Amino acid sequence: MSDDKTDKYRRVAYYPGCALEGTGHAYNRSTRQVGKALGLDLVEVSDWNCCGAMEVKNIDPKIQTYLSSRVMSIAANRMGMDVVMAPCNGCYHNLKKAEYDLAHDPASAEVVGRLSAKAGHDAYRAGQVETIHALDWIKAAIGEEGLRQRVRNGLKGLRVANYYGCMYTRPRHIFPEKDAGPGSESTFEPHFMDDLLAAAGALNVEFPLKTACCGGAHTLSDSDTSTKLVLNILRAAETAGAEVIATECPTCHSGLEMHQIRADRKFGHKTQVKIIYFTQLLGLALGLTARQLGLHENVSDSLELLAAKGLT
Amino acid sequence: MPIHEKSLIRPEDLKTHEQLVVEGVDVSGHWSTFIQTRVIADYNEALEEEVAALPGAEHIHRCWQCGSCTNACTVNALNPDFNPRFWIYLVRLGMQSELLRDKDIIWQCVSCNKCTYACPRDVNPEGVMKALSHWLELKGHTPKSPSMIFDEEFSEQVIRRGRIEEGRLIQRFFKRTGQTLNQEWLVEMVRRLLRHLPLALLARLGLARLLAPRSRGWAAARAAIQDYVGAQQARQRRALGLGERLETGAADAADTTQH
Ligand code: SF4
Ligand code: SF4
Repeated sequence: MSDDKTDKYRRVAYYPGCALEGTGHAYNRSTRQVGKALGLDLVEVSDWNCCGAMEVKNIDPKIQTYLSSRVMSIAANRMGMDVVMAPCNGCYHNLKKAEYDLAHDPASAEVVGRLSAKAGHDAYRAGQVETIHALDWIKAAIGEEGLRQRVRNGLKGLRVANYYGCMYTRPRHIFPEKDAGPGSESTFEPHFMDDLLAAAGALNVEFPLKTACCGGAHTLSDSDTSTKLVLNILRAAETAGAEVIATECPTCHSGLEMHQIRADRKFGHKTQVKIIYFTQLLGLALGLTARQLGLHENVSDSLELLAAKGLT
Repeated sequence: MPIHEKSLIRPEDLKTHEQLVVEGVDVSGHWSTFIQTRVIADYNEALEEEVAALPGAEHIHRCWQCGSCTNACTVNALNPDFNPRFWIYLVRLGMQSELLRDKDIIWQCVSCNKCTYACPRDVNPEGVMKALSHWLELKGHTPKSPSMIFDEEFSEQVIRRGRIEEGRLIQRFFKRTGQTLNQEWLVEMVRRLLRHLPLALLARLGLARLLAPRSRGWAAARAAIQDYVGAQQARQRRALGLGERLETGAADAADTTQH
């Protein structure tokens, strides 16, 4: 990736989103810690609001566009930032979707303009900021080579299945920078998390369900469907020989954790694979402690495995 | 992968003769299977237009029935009756009674967007599924699905405060759908969650439950969103030939007095 991104991404507006203040707290914590350890600067978007997640669009899609646009407007117009980094797949997806709609659909731009005026802030205009995921951030600002140089306690061949979920790659058209040739992310077979964890010393297993769906949208409203989908993912990871599933989304992460227990308790299907945020794994490799990375906050208890591997 | 949709012929429409000889050839049983002639008299000619008036289904007319959506679909892999291509076909033809046979599973779309990724015509089948379940509810063919109840609870919280507090959301959702929080797997999850957590963090999470998070200066945004949603819902009800109803307005008024 080009040098201008390396510099541009060193100081970004940080949009944690609602989940990272609740169930995804460990992701928030490990992202901030990893940023600090890598000398990257995160400036939290002041006074941010929910992006609308998977839900508000079902009440009205343009409200979702407005909610996401307000976050980008604050970053651009109030804070003068030109990159917004969102570690949550849902937030990242919605900001990207809003960006696309505002650039291509005059009706969306009109509604956002009207609502922003009523709400008393500058309307966001397409192109004012670039929205990136935590994966893009580390990949471009530090890169695999940079990471390799900074690794203090490599992951010692820990066998990892990288799980990206739905919102990071679909639908393709809202991610124009993906599928753009060598070095870019692929929507069909994403690899940024694989690249970073390999540089940190993990052994990525051949995992066919990288972008399968965990049923996150119905995790509570149609739990049996979600449990089946998650069980597929867990079993595929175990079959591929993984000890750990690395995640990059709080909804996927807690969905996998929750339905791993549900599959066991309700349907008697036990699985052993541990579920860990990729930032927690990177943090361990950078020499941070389990506690600093919030590993004890995970429902999926990986402390024993990590200790046995000499990683904590 | 070939698409196996022979199941779309309903068993009651299949006719088989146990004993049948046609011009000296024995075609008994399986060999004499025919599909019963059907007369369809209840087309809803407005069906496509009504569904297309709901957000997400604006491009349903583009569908050329290639079946890529069904082939890629996450839920179809679990339940072959979940068939986005087929439902789009029925809507476009106006075959309402046929569509209504599947009314109780359409809401199960998990919004994975595999269909949208695969669709060569930019139909946005994921949006069509949402619009369809919305149409079924607005027309009174189905009760509100648990998913819709969750979406409503979630959106109400966002519109009211700008942010979500998950504990509160889950509690309200379980209450509205009449489920107990005391389910074995849920209790087990909370137990594991609490195992290693320091007291300070627990206190902080508890505090978040009491002091619901909110974005500062949200009141003006809230008013703007409420106006817009109200107007959109009225427009949709008109498009579906339903009377005006100011349900959200009333719910919001109740919420503001609460906080
Ligand atoms: S978004 Fe819904 S309809 Fe489309 S593939 Fe996923 S589950 Fe199937
Ligand atoms: S993939 Fe698109 S064009 Fe093909 S059947 Fe589905 S909605 Fe129609």
